[in-house]
Parts: sequence; structure tokens; C-alpha cells
Amino acid sequence: MQSSQCSKLQQYALFILRILIGWYFLYEGLAKVFTPNWSAYGYLIDSKGIFAPFFVQLAENPALLGAVNFINTWGLTLAGLSLILGLFTNTGYMGAMLFLLLYYLSHPPLLFAEYILPVDGSCLWIDKNLIMLVTVAVLMLFPASRAISFDNLIFRRSK
Amino acid sequence: MEEKKEINNQTGEENPSAKEVSQGRRDALKVIATVPVLGAMAYGVYRKKKAENINRNAAGMFRFGNEAAPYSPTSSGAQVIRLGIIGFGIRGAQLMQGLGFATPEYVENLIEQSRINSANTRYQDFAEQEDLRVEITAVCDIFDTYAEDAIKAGANIHREGVNGTPGTEPRRYRHYRELLAAPDVDAVVIASPDHWHGTMAMDAIRAGKHVYLEKPMTWTVPETYELRSLMRSNPHLIFQLGHQNRQIEAYERARQIIEKGLLGRISVIETGTNRNDPNGAWVYSIHRDANPKTVDWKQFEGDPDRIKEYMDYMTSAGLSKYVGPESRDKFSLERFFRWRCWWDYSTGLSGDLLTHEYDAMNQILHLGIPSSASSSGGIYFFKDGRTVPDVLHTVFEFRERELTMLYSATLASQFSRSRKIMGHDATMEVGNTLTVTVDPQSEQYRAQIEQDVVKSGEPFYTYIPGKSVDAVSTATEKYFAERGLLYSFISGKRYNTTFLHLKEWLECIRNGRQPSCNIDRGFEEAITAHMGTRSYLEGRTMYWDKDKEEITRE
Repeated sequence: MQSSQCSKLQQYALFILRILIGWYFLYEGLAKVFTPNWSAYGYLIDSKGIFAPFFVQLAENPALLGAVNFINTWGLTLAGLSLILGLFTNTGYMGAMLFLLLYYLSHPPLLFAEYILPVDGSCLWIDKNLIMLVTVAVLMLFPASRAISFDNLIFRRSK
Repeated sequence: MEEKKEINNQTGEENPSAKEVSQGRRDALKVIATVPVLGAMAYGVYRKKKAENINRNAAGMFRFGNEAAPYSPTSSGAQVIRLGIIGFGIRGAQLMQGLGFATPEYVENLIEQSRINSANTRYQDFAEQEDLRVEITAVCDIFDTYAEDAIKAGANIHREGVNGTPGTEPRRYRHYRELLAAPDVDAVVIASPDHWHGTMAMDAIRAGKHVYLEKPMTWTVPETYELRSLMRSNPHLIFQLGHQNRQIEAYERARQIIEKGLLGRISVIETGTNRNDPNGAWVYSIHRDANPKTVDWKQFEGDPDRIKEYMDYMTSAGLSKYVGPESRDKFSLERFFRWRCWWDYSTGLSGDLLTHEYDAMNQILHLGIPSSASSSGGIYFFKDGRTVPDVLHTVFEFRERELTMLYSATLASQFSRSRKIMGHDATMEVGNTLTVTVDPQSEQYRAQIEQDVVKSGEPFYTYIPGKSVDAVSTATEKYFAERGLLYSFISGKRYNTTFLHLKEWLECIRNGRQPSCNIDRGFEEAITAHMGTRSYLEGRTMYWDKDKEEITRE
């Protein structure tokens, strides 16, 4: 296995990173599951930057908004579960990255963009979504991050 | 992984070694170690939900049935009401838009804005606004340009831009009395300057027309009684005063909260107006086409009976310094367009803005007329020759209700001050949304506070119009709702309160019911505002003699 190229310590660090990001996603998803009538409407309508018209359009079309709400709620939950358990991890990574990319594009930290919900901290062009996006990419590129995972158990056994 | 395949020493068979098996087990154990992570998450979510549920149980006290009648659109077979519009200034044009009529230039501008910015839906909203089944048959404005605009707006029946095909033009009348004499007018919308409100309304009633009158109801005290008695002797005519706040859904819920006694005994209500721009201070722009030829100054001056009532009061109370300063018959573009700045035509902050705050509180608390009013203030910022103050504070006492209502206004600061209704058990902030904060010293909620079910000092109940679940909502939702961003999400459609207020009036004309801001509410509004104004002018407290129905000085 490629993961043998990594030391135990490196493996554990990647494992913890995966769990933490998974936790973050899972709770974002569950918080929406448990909020009655949660909707991405406000967030989407407040979009800025060159992709704003696309996100605003999503918000204004009731059918699309319904789909966005569903995908967000359950997509985040599943991505979170996937990362924590290490189950179908690659799909989880891809999903997480897609969400982060969309969040980044809908709320880019532009020079003069001001959002209704204040951003956590001060950002210029680079924000935490983008950093997490790259972090997930790194995790995905280091299979050692899956050394401790259900994937590893299941797929090794099925070999 | 470091393990390698080993030969089993005893059997010589190639088997997974003991080491490998144990490593596999260790891996499995590690993987299973991720499950407690999920357990921790589940525990956290459970704790959080439980806390919210306690709050929600406590919010049972704040549970209301859906008492509001469902919105019913005007039926396409409803009787068409023929309207006359008196006054097509800033507010007159807004009222016409509420009725579904605007000049082609205005509509063109909306189309252009939506073309530039697809997120701007004002044109779409206006185009799709419900047809109220009205026809504008008559218009009157004493400034030619406004009158011509009113004709164009009234004829723009398809709500089109400049290249549309207009319908029949309403007839323009030069004098409002001629308009009132027109047989093809069933009802009138009056949006004239304050000094004409009462007179025009009374003349309209005498002419047998239903009336929608802009606030404040009257300019002088005597005409307030006269208008009320005239309305009482014409109960078949429908009168609506233009306080469109009556249509704000949250106010209805606020009323329910108070009626249930959830705030406890209310001792103080705090209201106010903060504005900070010339437009807000009534320094409106002067139209370049206005001159003595295009403006009927004689008609602007006012009704002789009203002017006499005004002058009688001002001189008898020793307030001559507030009259003028220019002579009434002297043509002045400033006075024509910025009439709110002079008592000669205006009711000042009291009539223009205090009335909105008072009527909202009268709607929520059924306050009636206060037992006394004490005002102070001055012209502190806009020293432009005006006679009305730009800073005003009025304290109204409601002795029988054992509560005080404060009104505090400045036209030189835009700082947002929320309206607060303060009770012994909780305080409610009233805006487009409602927030109730439980008082730490509350007796009603003492048990809940002690059990930690209710956290005093923190917003406990928030009402966002149109939401069914209102006890627990996220900060995000509240944030968006307060900025008016939630409405289109909730019901898929956002309604303009002026439109709703006009609609209610038209429905009452059709079915003979009383509208929400009828003559009795108008009487209370006008007397309350006059008490505040007189107190400011005379520098002493004004009292209301309830039995004699008179404003007195002691």
C-alpha cells in the first residue's frame, strides 16, 4: 500500500484532519436537518461577484430552491458521515470539494463585497472555504488519510 | 504497512501471519474508533435539540391560532369602482401605484432598472400587482405638470412603458369641487397638503363620495369634530384614513400577544422617528416647470373657514410668531413644494410622523385619546426658515390605562431606535418582526426563569410574518427577515402595505363593512396629534376632557 510511505504520525495527523473536516460537514448538515423550514434562500440571494446571477436565479426559482435545500441538507450530512467513517471516502471528498467550491463562488471574498451575514474574520480573495477546499484536495491526494477507514477494511477484505 | 508475508513454521503453508491478523484487528479497532465520533456528534445534537425543545415548550405560551383571514384576491367580477384622485404629488403618485396606475415614464424607468439589474423585480411586481377593479375617471392637481402626469397614469391601464397603448384618459378638473360634482366618480383618494385634508374630505362626503384620506386626518381642531359628525350622519359612505401600518401582519400578532397578557402590565411605550436627509426633512425638490402660471396658488392658499380657525387659534393662544412668516397670498415655490415646513399648511412632525407611531400603537393597544400630552423640541438643525420643529418629543399619558407613550423624533440622525412596549413581565420590540424579551424581575415567568426554561434578558420569542414555526428560528433568518429579505421566500409574494390598505377600503365600499382605520380611529389620531402640536406651540401640557371631548389646558 502506498500509505506505507507515510509514518504512523503522518497517518494519524491525516486521519484526525479527515475526522475534523467530516465533523464540520456533518454538523452543518444536521443543523439544517433539524431546523424547521431551513432554506438557502437568504444565503443565495445575498450572493456577490460574477456568479451571483446564477445563485440568485437558484433562489428565485421555487423548484430549484427546493432541490438546493435538499442537496445541501443531505449532501453535507452524507459528506460528513463519509469523511468520519472513511466510507466511500473519495466520493465524500469530491462532494465536500464541490460544496466548498460553490460556497466560495457564491460568496467570494472580493475587495468591496459586503455580505449580510458577516464573514468570520477578515478575508481578501482567500477565505476559509477556499482553504478547506484545498485541504480536502490534499487529503484526497494522500491515500494515507484513508489508512484508518471502513473503505480500507472493506476493500482490503474483498481483494 | 510494514508487515510482510511469512511462512508458517509449523505447517509450511503460506498463511497470513499472526502479526498480520493482529494488525488487521488493530486496524479494524481503529476504524471502529470513528464510531464514537458519531456518538459524540449525536450527543451534541441531542443536547442542543433538547435545549431548543424546552424553549419551544415554553414558547407554548406564545402559541397563536391563525386568526388572520386568508388573503383573498379581488374577484374578476367585482364591481368596478370609479375613482377621482385629488393631489398627484409624491404621495398621490404612490397611492396611484398602489391602485395599479403609473405614468408610462415611471413604468419605463422600472423596465430599464430591471434590464440593468435582473435582481430588481420592481417592474415585475408592479406588472403582476393584483387588479383592484378600479377605473380612474377624474384627476385634480393644481400644478399643471402633476395634473398631466395624473392623466397619463390614469390612462395607463395596461401598466406599460412609453410605447404602450393607453386607455381612456381620466378627465382633469381644475378645482377639486368640480371633481366632486362629477357623476362618474364613486370614491375619491385625497393626497393634498395637510391644510386641505379635512375640508376636502368633508366636501367629498357632502357630494356622496367614499373617501380615502391621507394622514393626518385634519389640520385644525374644529374641523376634526365636524368631519366626524358628518361621517356619522353618512354611515353608508366608507372612510379610510391612510395609515397603511394597519396592514402590517406583525402588528396584528403584537396585539394578540398583549391581549393574552404575555407582557404583563405595560407601563411605558417608546416610539420615535429618526431621519437624516433633506428629503426626510421635507426639503423636497422644486419642479422647474412650476411658476405662477402653472400653479393655482389661490386654490393652494386654503379654505377660508379653515384659515380662520387656524388664525383664531394662533392669535388667541399668542402664537402669532409661528404664523407665516410670508403672507399667505404671496406666491412661493418653496412653500408650494415644501409646505410641510410651515404651520400655515402643515401639522409638523406631530401630524406627519408621530401619527404613524401613534396609530400603530392604537392598533396594537387600543389606546384611544391620551389624557395629556407634553411636548418639547425646536428647530435645531434645518435652519432654513421653517416654522415647524425638526426635533420633537412628546410624552402622552394614558391615566386610565396607567401607561405612558413617549415619542421622540429628530430629522438630523438616522440612528435606528426600535419601538418598545415595556411590560412588567416582558418587553416587546415592534417592527416588521416582533421580539419579546422576558424581564429578569418578571413574576409571571419566575418559575420558568428559575428552572432555566426561559432566559431572561435574551430575546425569547421572535415572530417573523408568514412563518408557522416562530418560537425557534435561526439568527440568520431573523437577520434576513428584519431586512425584508424573507417575504418573497415565505409566501412567494410580497405585498405592499399601501396596496393592501387601498384594497381594504375598496372591499369595504363593495361589501359595506368598516375599514380598519375608520373615522373613529381617525378622530383619535387627529386629536392626539393636535394635543402634541398644541403642547409644543404653547409650551405647556395639554389635557383631554373625556366627557366634554375637548382639549383643555388644565
